[in-house]
Amino acid sequence: MNGHKTTSNGNGHFLRGIYHRMPAYPYVIWMALFVVIPIILVVVYAFTASDGKFTLNNFAHISDYAIVFGRSLLLALIATIICLILGYPVAYVLSKFGQSTQRIIIMLIMLPMWINFLLRTYSWMSLLENTGLINRFLAAIGLFNLINNIFGTDIRHLQMINTQGAVILGMVYNYLPFMILPIYSVIVKIDKSVIEAAQDLGANSSKVFTKVIFPLSLSGVISGITMVFVPSVSTFIISKLLGGGTQILLGDLIEMQFLGSAYNPHLGAAISLIMMIIVVICMSVMNKFGEGEEQTVIL
Amino acid sequence: MKRVIIVLAVVALLLSILPACGGGREVVNVYNWGEYIDEEVLEQFEKDTGIKVNYKTFETNEQLYSVLKQGGVSYDVIIPSDYMVSRLINEGMLEKINMDNIHNLTYIDESLIGMEYDPTGEYSVPYMTGTVGIIYNSRLITDEITSWGALFDEKYAGQILMFDNPRDAMGIALKYLGYSLNTTDKDQLMEAYDLLVEQKTFLQAYVMDQIFDKLESGEAAIGPYYAGDYIIMVKNNPDLKLVMPEEGTNRFVDAMCIPKGAKNKENAEAFINYMCGVEASLKNAIFVGYTSPNIEVEKLIELESYEREVVYPSDEILDNCEFFVNLPQDILDLYDELWIKLKK
Repeated sequence: MNGHKTTSNGNGHFLRGIYHRMPAYPYVIWMALFVVIPIILVVVYAFTASDGKFTLNNFAHISDYAIVFGRSLLLALIATIICLILGYPVAYVLSKFGQSTQRIIIMLIMLPMWINFLLRTYSWMSLLENTGLINRFLAAIGLFNLINNIFGTDIRHLQMINTQGAVILGMVYNYLPFMILPIYSVIVKIDKSVIEAAQDLGANSSKVFTKVIFPLSLSGVISGITMVFVPSVSTFIISKLLGGGTQILLGDLIEMQFLGSAYNPHLGAAISLIMMIIVVICMSVMNKFGEGEEQTVIL
Repeated sequence: MKRVIIVLAVVALLLSILPACGGGREVVNVYNWGEYIDEEVLEQFEKDTGIKVNYKTFETNEQLYSVLKQGGVSYDVIIPSDYMVSRLINEGMLEKINMDNIHNLTYIDESLIGMEYDPTGEYSVPYMTGTVGIIYNSRLITDEITSWGALFDEKYAGQILMFDNPRDAMGIALKYLGYSLNTTDKDQLMEAYDLLVEQKTFLQAYVMDQIFDKLESGEAAIGPYYAGDYIIMVKNNPDLKLVMPEEGTNRFVDAMCIPKGAKNKENAEAFINYMCGVEASLKNAIFVGYTSPNIEVEKLIELESYEREVVYPSDEILDNCEFFVNLPQDILDLYDELWIKLKK
């Protein structure tokens, strides 16, 4: 296909180019309709007032919501780091198993995703509640009695629901597979001979990991981080169900603009746009970092 | 050339989507709250009239509003609540209903027609009504609850739930302070807001549908909700009690309307008429658990005595109730501003 990259001279050449690209058109159309046009609409809405005239007013008050931006980014960052710490070892160990074991474990990792997202989050609500399954279990094994006897306290339950910790837990639980799978798929493709070469040259197993395997798996790590961080920043139902709705996140804030009593899609679009810009900046910084690392490995 | 082909393809695709409806059969497109109709009634309507019902549901009045405002969809019958009806009338988004086609209007409680949200009674026909009350667990709270004050009492810290929408939450605070639900006095609104800020420090959570689980399981002890839903909750937890607070409460009407530009106006009127009939009203009242505005239903419906008290509250309670009306835009903006400030 290299030949088609150069500018086409003859008509026949050009037509063949179209013919070869044909299979990509359905997706191009899909993308134009459901990705490009919506983004254009977001931008248009963000820079207009309800009378349709151009304005920057929507951005003027965004600093009022700085605390919500800060909280969302922080919680998403923590959730992403936890996913990475939990997910990387799983992906690494998984790649060492036999083919059939790998397939079974991958299926187990994917299994929760077959159940509706809302349902899964709802279940966490009933697990974490003060009268929920976990607290009832802890009470049944006598943990609270034990603590109360030793310290003279009066603890009846462990407060888990309606905290930021619960929101982070919800993010980690829902998005962990998106961290494991990309890292795993990169690690299994690492050429065994590269590892053998490192060993032949006298690298011990920790050296092999830090100098060979980890750098080679960075592209998977970066796509894993992207796939966890982006939906975590914009989630809105998790904070509502697990956070008690007392400390809203960006997703909640945006939803309120579209479905709130004042109905201000222009402000909602402006907040979405700022969020997208922040996410794009974060991601491009990540990618830069990744590219540099990969190059040093190749060198 | 390539681009031209892509653009043409996109245009062709768009054109094929736009006139999706059509076909010879009579239809009516209905947009109602979730779980708010007995589906058997829809089937019966189709059989009796030959009109096919396309039925879709929404979750909040505001969602309904934004769907209508964005356009691109065409509904023939919508069922918003009182204050949203008046907002839609004010913004010219409703069609007048030809009441000559609604013969069954004779069954509808006259006192519910021509109310403040639709003063001329030309735009809406009541579908269901109900009230908001305090639901509490009498095993966890042994005091007798009589006032909205219980929701703002630190004694019940960590056990209180609150409505997760600005209109209902502010409304309760305003009622507790002795003001109107529909006040436009900014000082009164700020006072209500301050009360909510204080409440937030010891509140368990802001909830909507989650209240069913949390009250039934004893996770929370007290919270405000729609009285009709209490009947469902008490069946799962007999310790739950319902109270109509002494300060008075909100009474709501959800009413059938025809949005501007409805394509099947006559079918919409046939649908509205059918829903006002005794048989349909009775079935829906049994299914939903709210109060039917159809006066015959009260005589026909079989309810246990405690259920009857909930569904048909005494005149004394009803006289103490207030309906929501639509608020001016600057007050709506203030509501949203305060709500976001409260929750961030």
